[in-house]
Amino acid sequence: MADFLQILITAIAVGSLYALIALGYTMVYGILKFINFAHSDIFVLGAWTSLTASVCVITWLKLDTQQPPLWLAPVVLLCAMVVCGGVAFLVERLAYKPLRKSARLNVLITAIGVSLLLQNVGQLPGFTAAEKDGRSLATVPFGPSPSRMPSLLPDTSLISVPFPSGDPTIPAASVQVNLVDVFIFVSAMVLMFGLQHLVYRTKLGAAMRAVSFNTETASLMGVPVDRVMSFTFVTGAVLAAAAGFLYALKYPGLNQPAHEIWVLLGLKAFVAAVVGGIGNVRGAVLGGFLIALIEFMGMYLFSKYLDPLMGTNMGTNLRDVYVFSVLIVVLLVKPSGLLGTPVREKV
Amino acid sequence: MTWFSRSLSGPRSERSPASRGARNVLASVAALGACALALGMAPKSIMPSTPGDSMAPKPASGAPILVGHYGSLTGPEATFGQSTSEGIRLAFKEINAAGGIDGRPIELREYDTKGEPKEATLAVTRLIKSDKVVAVLGEVASGLSLAGGPVCQEAGVPMISPSSTNVRVTKVGDMIFRVCFIDPFQGSACAKFATGELKAKTAAMLYDQKAPYSVDLAKEFKRAFKKLGGDVVIEQTYTGGDGDFTTQLTSIRARKPDVLFVPGYYTDVGNIALQARKLGITCPMLGGDGWDSEKLAEVAGKAIEGSFYSNHYAPDQPDEQVQTFIAKYKADYKGKTPDGLAALGYDAAMILADSMKRAGSLDGKKLRDAIAATKDFKGVTGVITIDANRDAVKSAVIVEMKGSPLGPKYRATVTP
Amino acid sequence: MSALTDLIPAHRPSLAQSLFAGVVVPSLCAIGVGTLMQFGVGPVLGDYWTSVGVQVGIAVMLAVSLNIVNGFTGQFSIGHAGFFAIGAYIGAGVSYYGALLIWNDASAMAHGAPLVWNNSKSWLFGAGEWLMIGGAILGACVAAAFGYIVGLPSLRLRGDYLAIVTLGFGEIVRVLLQQTRPQVFDGAELREMSAGELVIPPLGGATGFSSIPKYANLWWVWLFVAVVVFFAYRVKVSSTGRALLSIREDEIAARAMGVNITKYKVRAFVLAAALAGIAGALYAHSGNVLQPRDAGFQRSFDCIIFVVLGGLGSISGAALAAVALSIMTEALRGPEPILENWIALLILTAVISIVAAILRAVGNRGWRITLLMAVTPLSILLLGLASKFFTDATGINLADYRMVVYALLLIVVMLVRPNGLFGLTEIWEYFGPERAKKPPTTPPTASQAAAAAPTEGSRP
Repeated sequence: MADFLQILITAIAVGSLYALIALGYTMVYGILKFINFAHSDIFVLGAWTSLTASVCVITWLKLDTQQPPLWLAPVVLLCAMVVCGGVAFLVERLAYKPLRKSARLNVLITAIGVSLLLQNVGQLPGFTAAEKDGRSLATVPFGPSPSRMPSLLPDTSLISVPFPSGDPTIPAASVQVNLVDVFIFVSAMVLMFGLQHLVYRTKLGAAMRAVSFNTETASLMGVPVDRVMSFTFVTGAVLAAAAGFLYALKYPGLNQPAHEIWVLLGLKAFVAAVVGGIGNVRGAVLGGFLIALIEFMGMYLFSKYLDPLMGTNMGTNLRDVYVFSVLIVVLLVKPSGLLGTPVREKV
Repeated sequence: MTWFSRSLSGPRSERSPASRGARNVLASVAALGACALALGMAPKSIMPSTPGDSMAPKPASGAPILVGHYGSLTGPEATFGQSTSEGIRLAFKEINAAGGIDGRPIELREYDTKGEPKEATLAVTRLIKSDKVVAVLGEVASGLSLAGGPVCQEAGVPMISPSSTNVRVTKVGDMIFRVCFIDPFQGSACAKFATGELKAKTAAMLYDQKAPYSVDLAKEFKRAFKKLGGDVVIEQTYTGGDGDFTTQLTSIRARKPDVLFVPGYYTDVGNIALQARKLGITCPMLGGDGWDSEKLAEVAGKAIEGSFYSNHYAPDQPDEQVQTFIAKYKADYKGKTPDGLAALGYDAAMILADSMKRAGSLDGKKLRDAIAATKDFKGVTGVITIDANRDAVKSAVIVEMKGSPLGPKYRATVTP
Repeated sequence: MSALTDLIPAHRPSLAQSLFAGVVVPSLCAIGVGTLMQFGVGPVLGDYWTSVGVQVGIAVMLAVSLNIVNGFTGQFSIGHAGFFAIGAYIGAGVSYYGALLIWNDASAMAHGAPLVWNNSKSWLFGAGEWLMIGGAILGACVAAAFGYIVGLPSLRLRGDYLAIVTLGFGEIVRVLLQQTRPQVFDGAELREMSAGELVIPPLGGATGFSSIPKYANLWWVWLFVAVVVFFAYRVKVSSTGRALLSIREDEIAARAMGVNITKYKVRAFVLAAALAGIAGALYAHSGNVLQPRDAGFQRSFDCIIFVVLGGLGSISGAALAAVALSIMTEALRGPEPILENWIALLILTAVISIVAAILRAVGNRGWRITLLMAVTPLSILLLGLASKFFTDATGINLADYRMVVYALLLIVVMLVRPNGLFGLTEIWEYFGPERAKKPPTTPPTASQAAAAAPTEGSRP
């Protein structure tokens, strides 16, 4: 029971991260109508920028490494958002905008190219940005080694409930809710409602929906289509930056930017967007939680019940299989996703 | 119709080779030109020359001897390849400053494998057939050494793998050597330490199902641990790079093992340690040489304190050679502490140079015989003897993560 | 359409004729290509470029096979490496375990062979090589079966959704390959394994499948390249090809014309998967090691890049892109092989220039593209020289930037030529008698529409 609850809590925290990334995918797909493969790399950029920025600030201002002041977190988050937004703006302007009129396939390929570019630039051995005792602590670009994100939030568990197990030989396990998990969940919720408000309650949001619905009509109605598209793209990147920042807080040991795991993480978030119904803000969040739940519960249930039966231990290895199977099932049963509206084909 | 077909049919209907042929061709060539532009890359070819002071021996100046290295310099495993490369370059720099091989400097030719077997095969083929190197160093990953090894074997060029621990690697043929210990030895060393010093009766294993190194080491540890009377109560796996290990660790927590064996790479162990401690797993963690990096202490911090791993050397050994190596490495690479892979790369290069001197010839067969005859070579990672299987016979040390600043401290030596 | 041809029996070739045109001629051509590559090109290239040539051939097969789905049919598959890996593992399994069971020696390179080839230890028509061919056929069949399974969702999905499903398929293949049992190195141990144990086959798991005999040399690979290219071309100009192209152009219109969309989409997937399976089986025999990551999306991306750069639907374009990019990846390791072969490059330039001059003299409009091809080796040589001087002068190690350049190139080509280098046009369609210059008053649309006709690959 304790294990189950603990995994549930983790799944919710991870689901919040998926949801944040999925929001970016869903917005870009909803309006620009292509899978932005580089989105996961913007997310990685966000995580690594947070790391580099916090190490730099801590070193330059000689702050306490173990317990840095609380104001650092928002500063670092802002920094990550600015960097990611800027890079996304450049990418959009230089690589995607010229292709707006060409085949979607071309944009997809370009996105793959941008993704490869960001990954491989990210892992180049960089220039030292912060050093201590002649030892380089942070570089720009980020280099090929993993690194540690300083803990910007106090490492405390808010709730810790001990669960005695029925079996006396097995000690009581406790279920913990950590500050960082709550922080991630709350941030994801705030950003989601903010986005919801932006899309459905503001003039800009109306313009975005108009462009998504029909680009040509929108432009005839006086909507500055190009600017709306750029704005959407940058907003998606800013959300990815926030997700990257939160990810770095939860999992401080960051893998190097070209690690395959980042692409997989991005793919799972995309799956979340598709499962929830692409182009739908609430759908992306729902999908994020759903995918995380299925991934973690799949691992837990398979390794608890099926593995002992089969004499294997592959329950946790198949985590990606659960996610992609769900995707295939959802697409076969309801191709528009759980909350999406089916698109009528026009002849 | 959907965007997909429309967008594809649009451009097609307005283009045709007849009217636009020349323009198409021009643009094609622009693209080809761009391809060609990309050719402006150069290999890592370094011939370090250190201006020695009057007391030092004369730096080597003759025709350079080419030695190849293939490693994952980019891609997901870039950090391993680059560490090895740094160790090798440091070794050759020292050798060249000290007069090289009979007055000839060693020149290193390095190619990237991106961590893919196909690239490894091509890189080694290029080193041997095109660059005509006299010997090859590499790879870190056993899977890639198994791809590159047969090429060396077929061409009769000796290959020394710095850190491929899989048993199969040197079974490829009589040209393939290694300077690290193999999985069965390391697994039993860890098991001995766990049952002996830690008095562990039960162990849990958490290994990286994607990394051959991790899978094999886990297997060997399990075998040895059982033989010594212990019991592996639970086995869990993860995929290298995963951020979250809650599922695996909660299952492990329920079994309350005496020791948690994590034979992964330091890139993951940091996060595992952090989460294990958070979930209330207090037993010591135990690992293999894949843990060895200063990044481990950096990432895991207090969480890794009191954990152990088997390694090739302990940086706090009073041994003069180890200390000189660490000092030199720090001076060359921005104060970085060398990790195990750098030390092994250094030793592999040193053994190769030593064998070249002893062989008196750069002929593949003679060089091979000289490498095979390596006995009691005093390396940074211990005293190395090459046995009949072309594997290194050497002792392992168990180090403990402790102290301030947190780092590996010598705890025990396990001899074969 | 077939109904139409049935009505006109005079247009139907006899069985002997179609056998001759469809089997005998292409087989002879394929053997010719293989022989030329092995004995003509191979010795000139030297050992290193020979191994590159083998990988280039495999890349060409992958590009051409993916072109059937992505190019002809307009479906977007990014799980091609999954089929490739299935073919590779099955091919490797058949020849490795086959040799282990039959000869009790998996490293057997020498089982009954009349002809030794000097630059690799491979044997022509040795028993081992027939195991490889058997493995390739089996691999192709199994991959085709998986193609059928993956093709089914494409009935309901299209575009980006299908892309994600295929990507998921590739990832599932990779994860499942990681779960396989450790490789067995002993024939006796293999025989003792029960059927239950073989449910999860011993394909090496994460460690990878090693010690695969290295049978695939230039001869075998390029023989199959010729077969695959010929096959793809026949598909393109057949009624199937026309149906596929019509699906690509407009699915609804195609359905209205009576094309069974379901059937043809699945057929495209099955064909592409089978060809990728063959490529995989040969790949397994070109190195010594297979790893689950061979099914990963990086390789799928490579395939897409070939197809898109070369031109969606252009077989020769995709093949050329595969050749160019594979060679480029190798050349990016450093300029030495370029500089060492400067004479060859100069001769190549001269020869192609002369061909261009002849073409121009006889009034063939292909002289332009030929001349531009002649410039390529020259510019490669010049850039090799320039990069050498740059490295000597600055000491900057540019090899680390290999992948960065590759990515940039991809973006730039997409921006400069969104339809890929050749679009739907085959390269030979650039050749032909010189046309009269159009008077400037001609409205461009009319002339384009007229000129588009002969290039349409759908017309045999």
